[in-house]
Amino acid sequence: AALAAQLSLSLADCPGTGSAQAGRAAACQGCPNQGLCAAGAAGPDPAEVAELQARLRAVRHTVLVLSGKGGVGRFVFQVALLDIDICGPSIPKMMGLEGEQVHQSGSGWSPVYVEENLGVMSVGFLLSSPDDAIIWRGPKKNGLIKQFLRDVDWGEVDYLIVDTPPGTSDEHLSIVQYLSATRIDGAVIVTTPQEVSLQDVRKEINFCRKVKLPIIGVVENMSGFVCPKCKNESQIFPPTTGGAEKMCQNLNVSLLGKVPLDPQIGRSCDRGQSFLAEAPESPATLSYRNIIQRIQEYCEQHQEEKIM
Amino acid sequence: TLAERTNLAGVRHILLVLSGKGGVGKSTISTELALALRNAGKTVGILDVDLCGPSIPRMLRVQDSAVHQCDSGWVPVFVGQDKAIALMSIGFLLERPDDAVVWRGPKKNALIKQFVTDVAWGNLDFLIVDTPPGTSDEHISTVEALRPYQLLGAVLVTTPQ
Repeated sequence: AALAAQLSLSLADCPGTGSAQAGRAAACQGCPNQGLCAAGAAGPDPAEVAELQARLRAVRHTVLVLSGKGGVGRFVFQVALLDIDICGPSIPKMMGLEGEQVHQSGSGWSPVYVEENLGVMSVGFLLSSPDDAIIWRGPKKNGLIKQFLRDVDWGEVDYLIVDTPPGTSDEHLSIVQYLSATRIDGAVIVTTPQEVSLQDVRKEINFCRKVKLPIIGVVENMSGFVCPKCKNESQIFPPTTGGAEKMCQNLNVSLLGKVPLDPQIGRSCDRGQSFLAEAPESPATLSYRNIIQRIQEYCEQHQEEKIM
Repeated sequence: TLAERTNLAGVRHILLVLSGKGGVGKSTISTELALALRNAGKTVGILDVDLCGPSIPRMLRVQDSAVHQCDSGWVPVFVGQDKAIALMSIGFLLERPDDAVVWRGPKKNALIKQFVTDVAWGNLDFLIVDTPPGTSDEHISTVEALRPYQLLGAVLVTTPQ
């Protein structure tokens, strides 16, 4: 009975690490995080949050790319790209920036620029060798994420895209909390069609609702494969439970689009090239462009609503 | 010794399935490995330490099962055609399958320690430990908790790109 009390009940009764009751509710007794929550250390200090808000004042839109599941292909496309996947930073390789380093100036850390209008920051740029493992517990990862937000001089930015690791843990809580004073436009959630992915993505959707993060919509990636030789279409990851479409209907979220599997995508990422530029005629490119447009429309529309 | 008197005393070999990268098929391989070893006449258990995205219960069609307790701790859920593979996962402890486990490191670490020491595994030839992507809290805590025992080694899973 004591074991059950410690465990399964606490899942339901946890008041939430960001709530006023954090660390103080009855269900908090015996929880290993109680000390952290009660001291307010589970969430950031309001002065720090305000400092981050001031730092990011020149950012017009902020979009979080989430999944819940790993390996589903979270893609990013705009002006400032922040990679907070500390253990598995993929962005430097995908942008052709391996080996680049971060420089410092009086105004802070300079992002690494792919193009004049596309700056990137990732822990990948801070490693001595690309195979170095970062074996850090939560608090140290949180500290680096805070530095990325506080010390990077992004300048004027139309879109800040934040790529996240799989899951619903320290990195996700931290980014939402540190940006609580800066407006996050919303989250784009990525999945693949099979139930084993959807299962994790439903949790991610629940995470967004729990922390009041608006959901821009869901992208179903690796959705079908058209053979370039015979043109036959196959479902490599069959949507045995209706895929993202059914999940979105059930959970009342937008399906932004479906992107088919194209081996050129993986190849372009490995080579650090832009897939959209390398394969403009691919059905995947058309899907990406439609999805990107819908995300832009969402952000612009909500910008107007905010002004009004 | 401590090792002799614990719930892992009857486990002959412990192996970890790791990757770093997500979505490459760790849980699939853990499941297939367990089923194949069982088919070969071995006694097998699976410990699923992916707390945010536990996939094993669904893969073995036991996502609706519940966990019970005995004097030595938690009783694993027995799965497979002959109900002979022992499984422990946070998936069994959720009120609803879509509940997100939104925990920071210390709470995850505490549960992993309990999963390692408080599950009554009994006598097993193999205990397969399925992990989440990354190299963080879950991985550090799992390896630390398993160090006193027969840790055979790790199988690493990747995809070609």
